[in-house]
Parts: sequence; structure tokens; C-alpha cells
Amino acid sequence: MNNKILELQQIRREFVMGTEIVRALKGITFDVHAGEFVTIMGSSGSGKTTLLNMLGCLDKPTDGTYLLDGVDVRGLSRNELARLRNRKIGFVFQAYNLLPRTSALENVELPLFYNPALTAHERKEKAIKALEAVRLADRLDHTPSQLSGGQQQRVAIARALVNQPVMILADEATGNLDTRTSYEIMALMQDLNQQEGKTIVFVTHEPDIAAFSSRTVMLRDGKVVKDSINENVRSAREALASLPLAEDY
Amino acid sequence: MSAINLIRIALRALQRNKLRAFLTMLGIIIGVAAVIAMVAIGEGSKQSIQSQLSSMGSNMITILPSSNVSGGVRIEGASFQSLTITDVKAIQQQAEYVSAVSPVASTKGQAIYGALNWPTSLQGVAPSYFDIRKLTIADGISFSDADVGSAAKVCVLGQTVINNLFPSGESPVGKVIRFNSIPLQVIGTLAAKGQSSFGQDQDDIILCPYTTVQKRILATIYFQSIYASAVSEDASSKATDEIIDILRETHRLRPSDENNFQVRTMEELIKTLSSTSSLLTILLTAIAGISLVIGGIGIMNIMYVSVTERTREIGLRMSIGARGIDILLQFLVEAIIISITGGLIGVVLGISSAKVITITLGWPTLVSESSIILSFMVCAFTGVFFGYYPAQKASRLDPIEALRYE
Repeated sequence: MNNKILELQQIRREFVMGTEIVRALKGITFDVHAGEFVTIMGSSGSGKTTLLNMLGCLDKPTDGTYLLDGVDVRGLSRNELARLRNRKIGFVFQAYNLLPRTSALENVELPLFYNPALTAHERKEKAIKALEAVRLADRLDHTPSQLSGGQQQRVAIARALVNQPVMILADEATGNLDTRTSYEIMALMQDLNQQEGKTIVFVTHEPDIAAFSSRTVMLRDGKVVKDSINENVRSAREALASLPLAEDY
Repeated sequence: MSAINLIRIALRALQRNKLRAFLTMLGIIIGVAAVIAMVAIGEGSKQSIQSQLSSMGSNMITILPSSNVSGGVRIEGASFQSLTITDVKAIQQQAEYVSAVSPVASTKGQAIYGALNWPTSLQGVAPSYFDIRKLTIADGISFSDADVGSAAKVCVLGQTVINNLFPSGESPVGKVIRFNSIPLQVIGTLAAKGQSSFGQDQDDIILCPYTTVQKRILATIYFQSIYASAVSEDASSKATDEIIDILRETHRLRPSDENNFQVRTMEELIKTLSSTSSLLTILLTAIAGISLVIGGIGIMNIMYVSVTERTREIGLRMSIGARGIDILLQFLVEAIIISITGGLIGVVLGISSAKVITITLGWPTLVSESSIILSFMVCAFTGVFFGYYPAQKASRLDPIEALRYE
């Protein structure tokens, strides 16, 4: 069994800006195996966002090959890419991107609407299960405005989980949250990774977030400058416990 | 994505903006209601004109003597005596498209009863005349063919004559009046018909057997006119042709001769009047149609705003697996739901406002099924047409840019 979830070979991505050609990615090569928790780090302009779009099948490389769960993305049409995103990837965004005035349950159900094989009953069942996994089973009918930032992000994680994707792709998922809530989210991510065996690719620019992952890929100027296994993964749960109690508690 | 899912997603999106959805719908509601109400007014007036005409006998054919050349001199039609009982019988026996025929021998004179008198016209007709002119007997009986045979001194009075000769309200049936010097027994009365479309009092009349007028009053064998009715309104032109052929034969006209009679039908009059009201209907429909188009533009406008406003939602949906076609259909279905719901409300509102117009203003209205179906189809089409471009715009968004849209 090939347990490589992602295989990137000499990925290049070029944009034409007027008369100039901007080389955002200049030949990126790395693999991600099933069950890994990878953070991709880099300052702005390092090509992080371009790489994330590529990994999320929102964009295609100019050159090089990208295999997602054994599927070569380059030859796929727009519709086939959409299907791939629906079945294999779970997105978590910095700004949550939940539908306003829509209950948590319906938000989580959303990806399943684009899978015609499921019945309404199956949809609901799966969505409830995903919300239970992020410990929001008691908030099914709450709309985003009735939830805190951390809870909203947990709904978003449930939405990413609901299709049982091969990979969760998080884009600065803790960027809008305070430290405590960030750690809570990271603890949830670690649980999903360690207990459920979910493969997670987490894009961030915060080094302390990267410390919770099992591997860090560092980008600079469109190239991988460092790819290191994190020997002593920090436990988010312990980090949470060591935080001084907030004053409003 | 299945149709049910599409509708569900669209309904949820609309629920999030109920007021806006309703306001968008309002354009369509008003448009459809206007079309239905306006067409109802147009059709109603058309129908009331038609029913007025058919109360006069819409399949009635009038045969009059006409001018002719006699030794190079043109003789005036009315004074030319050419219609006789032979013509009537020939039409009766030979014409296929004629259901009834009656001669008319009329004269003017003074009707007298007791101390009262009234100037009126006495029309000598056959019993079939009642059918042709759609006259009904209000009281008593009509005269029969036997009365015609014996030139019986009997008559049927119109309401205006009754009002003037019997002002106290006593029943004239059985009484004997005099017309000029001839005593006539009243055997029946006519139901009131009111004025004709030309302002003529149709009740100022006394009817009696044509033989009575011909033999006892005028001493002539000619008729002023012959009335016939075609088997149906549509058959009146065929009946006219038949009558012309028959009369040319009975009048022994050579092919080179002009007709010495003229045959008139109500057809042209009906055509003129209904084309006027058709024009009215077209005008009203056009105005209402314009408001429907404006409603459609309202939908397009709101859908454009909605697409822009929900750019991030579109980006999100695409990132979690919606294809371009899914997004296109979602917005299209939203537009169609708005227009169809608006259309349904509009139909109800249109029908009820037509009823209200009839009740409050007393205008005749006729809600036609075709106007309902047509306006409903137009608004479904409007939804697709005006919803398509915004939906297409949404479906072509780049998910990367849509997700980052602020």
C-alpha cells in the first residue's frame, strides 16, 4: 500500500503580471505520508499561499507533477478538480467562512450536498458525527453569530471532516484566535491526527504553532529551505494547561 | 447535485434574505397581476360587446331591395319593390345555411286604445321573426302560421307601446287596440329589449302577421325587407352567398345584371367592434408586459448584487467541491423560485383585482386562462433569462480570488 498522500515533484508556478513573469514556486519537491501532521511555514511572499492553493486543488502547477492520493492533478478539468476537493480535501480557513444565518449543522452538511450519492438522512447523520468529533454536539442549531470564534472554527473543522477526506488543509486556521483558543484548536488537531490518524497540512507563520506538528516544511522565495522532522512534538493540551488563567475566568 | 438539493439550497439562501426576496418578487407580482387584470378588463369589454350584439341576433341577415336600373334610370332602393313571398319561400326551401327566414312588411301609423294614442310602427312578420330577432314573449302568446294564413287581426305589443297605451299597468292581453282604423286583438306582449347599440328603441313596435299588413293595411304583395338567420355566426357569409344565388334566380337576373337587392350581415359590425376591443386588449397587455420586463430586470439587478455580496460563499462552495454548474444552477434556481413564486402570487392578485374591479367599478371583466398561462410562462422565462447572466457570472468566479474577496 502506497501511504503517500501527497507527492510533489519539481512544482513550479508562474504568473504573468503584465509584461513580467512572477515565479511564485520555483521547483518544490516533497512528500506527505498518511498520518503526518505537517506545518508549512514561511514569511509572506515565500509562496506559501500559492503552494496551499496548489495542494488544495484550487490551482494547477505550471510545471512539475502533483499527485494527491495517487491522482495526477495536472490533467484534470475544473469539474474533476471540484470533485477531488469534495472527496479528498477538507479545508479550514483563517476566516472560518461559515454561511451566516445558517445553523452549525447545515454548515457542516454543506460539502455533502455536492455528493449526490448521499441521502438527506445520511447527510444529517454524518454532520452530527463530525460535530460530535469537535465536541459541539450541543450546538447543532446555533448560527455562527451565536458561537465564539473558537467554536466557529470548530464548526469549520467539522465541515472539513464530514466528507472523510484523506487530508485536512488548514490555512492560518488559528490566525484570528487568541492564544488560548489557538491552543484549543491545536489540541483538537492533535487529537484528530493522533487518535483518528488524520493527515493534516497546516499553513502558518507562527513558530509556536509549528511546534505542535510532527514535521515542518520551511519555504523561502518559492523554494523549500528546510524540511525537518520535529523530534519532540509539543502537546497542545499540556501547553493549554500551563497557560496562566485569563483574568476573566 | 440533485434537483431537491438544489431547491433546498436555493430556499435556504432566500430565507436568509426574506425581505429582499419579497421586494424582488414584488416587481413580478405587480407585472403578472397587471397582465391578468388588464387582459381581464379587455376581454370583459369585448365579451360584453359581443353579447350585446348577439342579443340583436348576431347571425342575422337582412335582405333589402336595392336600386336598379330601369330603362337607364336609377331607381331608389327603398321604393323599388322586388321582394315577394316567392323569395321568402325559395330561401326557406333551398338555402342550407339559413335556419329561419321571415318577411317584413311594415308601416307607420297611430295605435289607439280608448282615449290614448301613440305613433308607432306596425311590422307584419312571420312567426319565425321572433327567433331571428331573439324576441321573447313576456305575456300571452305569439301568433301562428294559421294566423298568417288567415291574415288574422291579432298583434303582439312592445313595451314602449304598452307603457303609452296602458299606463295604468293593466294587462293588454285580450284587449283590442286599433292601428289606424284596423282593430287588432292583443294576444301577447314582448319582453323589453331596450335600446339597440345605435340608440334605437327596440320596444316601440307592434308585431302582427305579415299577411295582415299586406292585405288589410298596405294592399301590396311586396315586402320592405326579409330577415333571415344563418345556422351559426360563422356560417353567415356562406348563407349570404346562398341567398344571393337564390334571389338572382327567383328575380330572373341575367349574369350581366346587377343585383336588385342587397344582403347585409352583422359580421362586419361585429368585426369592427371586436377589433376595437382587441386593440384595447393588446394595448393593455403591452403596458402590463412592460411592467413584467421591469420586474425581470429587478430580479437581474438583485441577483447581481447577491452574487457580489456572496462572493466568499461562492468561493467556499467551490473549495468544498461545488462545480461551476452547481453554482450556476443554485443562483438560477433562486431566480426561478423568486419569479415563479412571484408569478403565483401575481396570478392570485390579478384574479382578485379583476373581481374587485367588477364589484367596485362595475366594469365587466373576464379572466382568461390563456392570460394566466401566458403571464406565468413569461415570468418563468423571465426568471431563467434574467437569472442566467448573474448565475453565469457566479459560476465563472475563480475560487482562489472569491475566497479572498473582501
